[in-house]
Amino acid sequence: MIRLGLWAAMALVAACGAATAQIPLNERRTGYELLGPTTKAIQDDDMSNPGMLWVLDGGALWQRTAGTSGKACAECHGDAAASMKGVAARYPAFEAKAGRPIDLEQRIIQCRVEQQGAPALARESRELLALTAYVVRQSRGLPIEDPLKDERVKPFVDAGRALYEQRQGQLNLACAQCHDELWDKRLVGNLISQGHPTGYPQYRLEWQTMGSLQRRLRNCLIGVRAKTYVYGAPEYVDLALYMMWRARGLPIEAPAVRP
Amino acid sequence: MSRALISVPPKVKKGQVIEIKTLIQHVMETGFRPNSTGVLIPRDIISAFTCTYNGTEIFRCEMFPAMAANPFLTFHTVATESGTLEFAWSGDNGFSVKESAKIQVE
Repeated sequence: MIRLGLWAAMALVAACGAATAQIPLNERRTGYELLGPTTKAIQDDDMSNPGMLWVLDGGALWQRTAGTSGKACAECHGDAAASMKGVAARYPAFEAKAGRPIDLEQRIIQCRVEQQGAPALARESRELLALTAYVVRQSRGLPIEDPLKDERVKPFVDAGRALYEQRQGQLNLACAQCHDELWDKRLVGNLISQGHPTGYPQYRLEWQTMGSLQRRLRNCLIGVRAKTYVYGAPEYVDLALYMMWRARGLPIEAPAVRP
Repeated sequence: MSRALISVPPKVKKGQVIEIKTLIQHVMETGFRPNSTGVLIPRDIISAFTCTYNGTEIFRCEMFPAMAANPFLTFHTVATESGTLEFAWSGDNGFSVKESAKIQVE
């Protein structure tokens, strides 16, 4: 009986140890690589990828004047193909004024309010998704930068990692349990991804529309029946930062299409 | 205004079978879904699509609430002569979008 208990305890320790094991760099797969051939085909062709409709919208917004400044994004930033190239690969990034990292959406909202003098765009609004999709599109194919190049974000990456490995919700699951350990296994017909944020904002067939990484994280939290955070909450940004660190070097593929 | 993406090969040989792809932005709200207060969201769909090739109708379809958002349609035709392909979508709430694409047949 005692021996049995000991074995059980050892098995438990082993299981818990494995829960925090990270995926070796050379075994990482983007969500794209785990897609079926039909979904891949939708994403591959810009003429069939519905995310491109938002990119087109974003391109139009980029040129449109807004707010009391009467300025368009293009007047300061010029041609997005040059000025926004690589930007998505290094966000969330540290923002001195906020004293913490902010994500790309937050950066766009901030630019809109402070530089353009326009009202803030709501999270998950069509305009914000379109502008973000347009900006991220300019980084397609570029590798995600290691956020830890900027040492100011270190505590936030650590906070994100803690959240990622924290069991939560009624199902008592941590992100790491599915996305580090059980990737490539099935969950309701789809392969579980490794959770690399390479394609956001992305067109999800389930949503029938575009959505941000925060919306996706919210989905996962609801899935494990945990408490969600409000859009724009620092917890989401910390999680995104840790996810970018995990995905460092993987190519940006936005706008991605997912089941 | 909804955006539409159209793919037509710009230069083709006479008699060649070509693939035409169209994608249009639309919510395709079924009319069966309640909103957060339990009230049904009114139906808002594209109900018809036509494509004409130099004025001759070559493809037409009806759409229904079961179609996914942002309908993507592909179809084939035979390239007979240079000219214009015209695309028209129409639907609920006076929805009407027209697009065109040039084709050069050698």
